[in-house]
Amino acid sequence: MSGELQQLVPTMMPSAARALLKGVALPVASALVLGLVMQFVVGPAIGAYPASVALQVGISVMLAVSLNIVNGYTGQFSIGHAGFFAVGAYVGAGISYYAALSGIDPASGQQPSQALSNGAWLVWNDGQNFLFSYGEWRMILASIVGGCVAAGLGYIVGLPSLRLRGDYLAIVTLGFGEITRVLLTQTKPQIFDRDELAATHAKDWVIPPMGGATGFSDIPAYASLMWVWFFVAVMIFFAYRVKQSSTGRALLSIREDEIAARSMGVNITKYKVRAFVLAAGLAGLAGSLYAHTGQVIRPQEAGFQRSFEVIIFVVLGGMGSISGVVLAAIILSILPEALRDLSEYRLIVYALLLILMMIVRPKGLFGVREIWEFWPFTRAKKSEKKVITP
Amino acid sequence: MAELLQIMVAVVAVGSLYALIALGYTMVYGILKFINFAHSDVFVLGAWVSLVLSVMIISALKLAPGSSPPLWIAPLVLIAAMVVCGLVGFAIERLAYKPLRKAPRLNVLITAIGVSLLLQNVGQLTGFAVAKDDDGKTIATVPFGPSPKRMPSLLPETAAPDPNLAKPLVLIQPVDVFIFVSAIVLMVGLQYLVFRTKFGAAMRAVSFNTETAALMGIRVDRVISVTFVTGAMLAAAAGFMYALKYPGLNQTAHETWVLLGLKAFVAAVVGGIGNVRGAVLGGFLIAFIEFMGMYCFSKYLDPVLHTNMGTNLRDVYVFAMLIFVLLVRPAGILGSQLKEKV
Repeated sequence: MSGELQQLVPTMMPSAARALLKGVALPVASALVLGLVMQFVVGPAIGAYPASVALQVGISVMLAVSLNIVNGYTGQFSIGHAGFFAVGAYVGAGISYYAALSGIDPASGQQPSQALSNGAWLVWNDGQNFLFSYGEWRMILASIVGGCVAAGLGYIVGLPSLRLRGDYLAIVTLGFGEITRVLLTQTKPQIFDRDELAATHAKDWVIPPMGGATGFSDIPAYASLMWVWFFVAVMIFFAYRVKQSSTGRALLSIREDEIAARSMGVNITKYKVRAFVLAAGLAGLAGSLYAHTGQVIRPQEAGFQRSFEVIIFVVLGGMGSISGVVLAAIILSILPEALRDLSEYRLIVYALLLILMMIVRPKGLFGVREIWEFWPFTRAKKSEKKVITP
Repeated sequence: MAELLQIMVAVVAVGSLYALIALGYTMVYGILKFINFAHSDVFVLGAWVSLVLSVMIISALKLAPGSSPPLWIAPLVLIAAMVVCGLVGFAIERLAYKPLRKAPRLNVLITAIGVSLLLQNVGQLTGFAVAKDDDGKTIATVPFGPSPKRMPSLLPETAAPDPNLAKPLVLIQPVDVFIFVSAIVLMVGLQYLVFRTKFGAAMRAVSFNTETAALMGIRVDRVISVTFVTGAMLAAAAGFMYALKYPGLNQTAHETWVLLGLKAFVAAVVGGIGNVRGAVLGGFLIAFIEFMGMYCFSKYLDPVLHTNMGTNLRDVYVFAMLIFVLLVRPAGILGSQLKEKV
């Protein structure tokens, strides 16, 4: 046994190490670089308000990338994506806020908005905080938990409803989003007082105190430009790897022709549920980060308006094209800000552009291809490409 | 018992509204196989157009204060609103949907969302005044402006019951009767159009198979246009009735409108989308579920806010019902499951 291992390890190690370097370390490093550039170069250069827009752009990109897995790769039409986003937001916010309020950690006294503005959050090791401040680590933990809860919910919703096809699936997901929204309005008022929080019992948390219809406020705002764009990069990379994997190929084959895929041995239900769970988890993560950007989160986050917004990103970007979807999310989130001068006409212009776009470029900005596939030298080699790009 | 009967009155009135809106959704889906998300905005437009028209007519008549407006206004406004919305529906179909006849359905859906956004936001623009009250204050504008407005009552109201007399079993307002009767007239008319006329046969043929219908010499574009216009007119009628029943109208982009439209859409799906009779059935069923849910849970108060739990959760019953029906009978109650050919 141990002899086998000893034999295996030297042969495995180099390739495993290389795979680890290529698959995890390099992407994370480049994501960190992007985050740092956004925080320290782009952020200060564009000013405070554009920086806050850049935060929301990042959240939009994450949502678009996550929905792209279901709507783009798999061709299943989900219009309840905001439901998962909101669940992630509420779970993440609940963990962060109540952990900070109860004072179980050293970061509770710190004013997060200050920490965000002066960039003092990047501390090395002062005994309490390691590398990043305590609140940031907590935010990341809360976001992962939020993503996991959303993914679990995606499994529960997806398993029965993915039997349905096309529009019917769309309608069920819409119903799910609306139910989430109404149930979130039924949560109890938020607790602002530490003593009051200490006096609660477990049964008070059956209906969690998440602020109900008035919204959940005062969430520690640790999601700086760096964190949002770090996760954007990680998520894009992850989505790209999923697309290239055997799972991704199975998903694409379901999009192209469900019956043909099934006859080739693809377990349709399994892969649909997998796509749904992945997308829900990523949306939950995005939601939790959104909750930490200093926003008051409201039950309306789960409403279909937000779901529609994300669908528009995916369709305009081109179903399944990651680069197209990212670009569409960036452009369309900046557009309403750029049109701000038109004040009450801006949404009208936005709507007209949307209608016009669908008539002029019905396949989205880039169709199903990635941006780099448009470069002349790759176009010549298109026949050699392995990825399914119809 | 009396309470239940009173609820039934509300179910019949609101169910008629849902059914009328659901008919538009279902007709368009039956022919073009896409969810027309702009339909609920045509309904909102119908409500607002009827408000503006009734205000204009009433202020033009210069009624003596305290006297109720003549009865002929209601049918007149109803027909005018239906014509306006029919024209709008025609324009939407020609300008936005027709260029996409060959495009994937998802694109048409996005366009529908675009049209919906457009109608909502155009309706919210600060408009110019078309009617003023005696004090010179503007009471109606076109477009409708960002503030909520009040629809004048066009029908007489039942006086509050005399406390000395025995309490009536149920109280039926003239509004409810008007809504029910006109909804039934419109639905029977539609039934006649679809199932008894030559044009209805063409509609059903296009819904069954567009290409074959075109080969048989049916002018598909015309059929689609008429379908849209009919759906828009029914939505306008529903809008007028809604404005009569609930006179305080929210601004056009308010989410209550969208939710109402969504519920009507749920009604169409529950009844079996694409099926005209199913939409009517679904409309009444959804209203029944909604009001019964509110009744059953009305005894429970929200533990903290002390608001009525039954009313707070009214949307949940509808959407839970939707999910249940789709899981048990994916094509809806009256819908037929289509066999897929490979």
